Amino acid sequence: MEIVLSAAIGVLAASGAWLLMRPRSFQVIVGLCLLSYAVNLFIFAMGRLTVGAPAIMPKRGFVNPDAYADPIPQALVLTAIVISFATTALFLVVMIAARGFTGSDHVDGQERAP
Amino acid sequence: MIEPNLILLLVLLPFAGSLVAATLPSGARTGTAWLSGLVLSAGLLILAALHRPVADGQVLRAKLSWVPSLGLDLDFRLDGFAWLFVTLVLGIGVLVVLYARYYLAKSDPAPRFHACILAFTGAMVGMLTSGNVLMLVVFWELTSLVSFLLIGYWHQSPAARDGARMALVITAAGGLCLLAAMLLLGRIAGSYDLDVILASGAAIRTHPLYGATLALFLIGAFTKSAQVPFHFWLPNAMAAPTPVSAFLHSATMVKAGVFLLVRFSPALGGTEAWFFAVTGIGMASLTFGAMVALFRHDLKGLLAYSTISNLGLITALAGIGSRAAILAGIFHIVNHAVFKASLFMAAGIIDHESGTRDMRRLSGLIRLMPVTGTLAIVAAASMAGVPLLNGFLSKEMFFAEAVDWHNGTWLDDALPYIATFASVFTVAYSLRFIATVFFGPPPVDLPQTPHEPVRWLRWPVELLVMACLVVGVVPGLTLGPTLNMAARSVLGADLPYYSVAVWHGLNTPLVMSFVALVLGAALYLGFADRIAQGPEGPPLIHRLQAQRLYERFMLAATWTGPRRLLRVVAPDRLQPQLRLIVLLAIAGTAYMTWGRVGIEPRLGPTAPNAGFLLMWVVGGACAVGAAWQAKYHRFAALVLLGVAGLVTCLTFAWFSAPDLAVTQLLVEVVTTVLLLLGLRWMPRRREEISGDRLLAARGRRGRDLVIAVAFGTAMSLLAFTVMTRPQLSTVGDWFLRHAYSEGGGTNVVNVILVDFRAFDTFGEITVLVIVALTVFALLRRFRPADESAGRPEQQATPTARALRDYMLVPSVIMQWMFPVLIVLSAYLFLRGHDLPGGGFSAGVTLAIAFLLQYLAAHVRWVESRLTVLPAFWMGFGLLVAGGTGLGSWVFGYPFLTAHAQYVDLPLIGEVPAATAMIFDLGVFGVVVGATVLMLIAIAHQSLRSARARAEEAERQHEEAA
Repeated sequence: MEIVLSAAIGVLAASGAWLLMRPRSFQVIVGLCLLSYAVNLFIFAMGRLTVGAPAIMPKRGFVNPDAYADPIPQALVLTAIVISFATTALFLVVMIAARGFTGSDHVDGQERAP
Repeated sequence: MIEPNLILLLVLLPFAGSLVAATLPSGARTGTAWLSGLVLSAGLLILAALHRPVADGQVLRAKLSWVPSLGLDLDFRLDGFAWLFVTLVLGIGVLVVLYARYYLAKSDPAPRFHACILAFTGAMVGMLTSGNVLMLVVFWELTSLVSFLLIGYWHQSPAARDGARMALVITAAGGLCLLAAMLLLGRIAGSYDLDVILASGAAIRTHPLYGATLALFLIGAFTKSAQVPFHFWLPNAMAAPTPVSAFLHSATMVKAGVFLLVRFSPALGGTEAWFFAVTGIGMASLTFGAMVALFRHDLKGLLAYSTISNLGLITALAGIGSRAAILAGIFHIVNHAVFKASLFMAAGIIDHESGTRDMRRLSGLIRLMPVTGTLAIVAAASMAGVPLLNGFLSKEMFFAEAVDWHNGTWLDDALPYIATFASVFTVAYSLRFIATVFFGPPPVDLPQTPHEPVRWLRWPVELLVMACLVVGVVPGLTLGPTLNMAARSVLGADLPYYSVAVWHGLNTPLVMSFVALVLGAALYLGFADRIAQGPEGPPLIHRLQAQRLYERFMLAATWTGPRRLLRVVAPDRLQPQLRLIVLLAIAGTAYMTWGRVGIEPRLGPTAPNAGFLLMWVVGGACAVGAAWQAKYHRFAALVLLGVAGLVTCLTFAWFSAPDLAVTQLLVEVVTTVLLLLGLRWMPRRREEISGDRLLAARGRRGRDLVIAVAFGTAMSLLAFTVMTRPQLSTVGDWFLRHAYSEGGGTNVVNVILVDFRAFDTFGEITVLVIVALTVFALLRRFRPADESAGRPEQQATPTARALRDYMLVPSVIMQWMFPVLIVLSAYLFLRGHDLPGGGFSAGVTLAIAFLLQYLAAHVRWVESRLTVLPAFWMGFGLLVAGGTGLGSWVFGYPFLTAHAQYVDLPLIGEVPAATAMIFDLGVFGVVVGATVLMLIAIAHQSLRSARARAEEAERQHEEAA
């Protein structure tokens, strides 16, 4: 499982990083989305992989923490998901506003000098 | 027990005086002069009071606790050497203040001058009396800083500014080296206390870091004392007013370096490295300074190089380090301060009265200003080492040490010859000073006609020259005891009394002095004309200038280098910056995981599940596909991105994170809608971008591909390495144990968000609100590009009519979904504390419910039936969340303390009723408001551009009519 998930994180991160370095702003925004998947999964994986034991506690009795998934990375990632939506929206608006001002969707506002 | 307070007063008084002087009106010339004169005289009185205990061999101390827990104290100590030095500084200081009163013009702001002089004196006294080496460095740097202000006193002149900056750069850089040396010394000795360090000389000399410590220490001392090759700042600092030069470059600033050499010679000295470095550099400076001084045409330039030469002599003595050498060094510190201060002042008088300092223009001044001339001639003779003057005595002692002291190295053998050679030049430049300025035909064509200065301008010179004479004739009665006291405090109390006398019999040093006098006179008389016509430097050597190297270095370090660096690390373009960030991330990951990647035997990877593998084969392919298609096929890329997001969501669900799965799914929906809305404003991309298939573009893509693959591999390895290590107990265990008992909820993730870490969440929803408002504000001024401004072709008839028909059934379903989604949202919200759900997911769900209405019909249709006020939602949410936090104050708990209990309601049963749920309601409100505001603001742009189109059409219609 770990091999598959780490490979998945790698593929998402590589695709995201490649798009991040592209010249078109839409490419960069898609790249940021992919990278945020990779990073969220990565943070989530720091709590190790647990199958079938969500962090829902019994109401009474002794609690053995080892029997449940680590809630900390989950809480971190939950807020990260919402914030990454907000930053995507912000970047999108900056992108279309810049496109309106400069007439180009190149990230620098003008095409690369040949 | 009055001594400690007196010592503190001694250090603090000049600083206090400086503050007062700085506040006086700029016309108060006499008042500020009195102030600084009195402050410095008060210091001298304190020294007089302290003389008896110091002369008895006591070391007086004063300590102010500063940061006791770190062992940092303001620790002052006054021994014989420091006493002598402080007396010298304050004594010359008083004379300089008096001199400056009559030297400075009316237009020069006197308070600034005196404030700086007093601050400088304070820094100097602090440096001399520091009992802690770190404090010593602080005062040391303070002298560099204030000397910058003093040298640049006439800041209108570019020469003064450049000279000041150069002095600061060189001496402050040296100070940093000194700081490093002191830190090393403190580490070796185990304490930053000066006494401890001086007492642990044996440990320091055998320590492996001795070489580095010595080198850093010497750079600090040599830069300050203007020793070769750091000497060039001193001649440039001559752009300062003459009183400043007389103070800084005779008695104080440059002497700080030799003070340090003498002071630390018991700790660092005595080794061959010390001898070669210190005596070698000292002899080089002695010779070089004397040679260049002979060729300078500027009076102050001659004196500056003469200072370099004399400091070289003292440095050489400190390098020899024998008892007589240390005593001779201290003696020459005093003698040089006295005759050089008087010479600087005399040069200042000549400059002041005649308007020039150029020796090629000055001539025969003895007829016009006989008294000043005589004084200057005596002082210059002392500089040359003429018998019966003080300069002769210390120079004679230097010759004696050069001859008598032996350690068997070649430098030791060469010392008498180098010393005599340098003295020949010393005599020659002193003679040139005397002969050209005061003798010869009467001067012609001077800017002013010289005459004797006012009495008080000459008085300090008279006093100093008197001191030269008295010390020169009866040294044993005047300075002898004090010198022995100072040397004892450096070398130890068991030093036998050294008698300073004028006549030692006919011996080798006397012969050396005689040879130097004769050859020096011959040298000057033989070449006087050629020197006057030649360049400002000895033949051949004047082309070798350390200053050029310095200037080239400064240009590279402060201008070309930073710009080059800036071009690399902060280019104007986004792509190189992002590439740099990615590369840094790779480097960081590689550094952290180097040699640690591997499978931990205790916790190997679990066997992959075929379903999960298949899922990620699809997910990975979609991610790569999105990356591939994002340039020319944006819509396809968006769909592929969505699939990758869904697979991520499934992964969360697979690994026991239902909350994440729900939130990811819902956010995926709104993100997709958001990007779809954005697509409308992107340029068409049907044909190929020009130049996209060129070799350069392919090369860039290939390079980025390599970087990206490296980045992905690094992330993979890091993730795999961490995942296959066993997890130690984390703070998460605590949350798991206490979620129910303390937070009153069974869904730990939600309890963390709204209770344990509620402050973080509060901050986060605030950020969300800020981002939403920023998006809204940015779009208010939005102007679409021309090609996107028109109606998209899908809205043109007849396609639009057909589309409306196709969309009828889905749109009806979407409208019917509205109540269902509201119920779902409420359900997610209410179960959030105990089961997966919560304010975030409920908020996004409700936002989707609104969104679907916009999708189902058009904007106007929705807004005529449904009033959504996103700003109210956000404000309500923030107020509720913040109010919940404040509510806990009412009950005396810290901000955002939650209370939890279960309430037994009839019919419904036991329901959770925690205040955290009210906080969660705030989160819910903010998420709904922010999401809806952002999406609707973007959606409204189509409406606005449609309105703009209608107005445009109307205007054209009117123009046509």
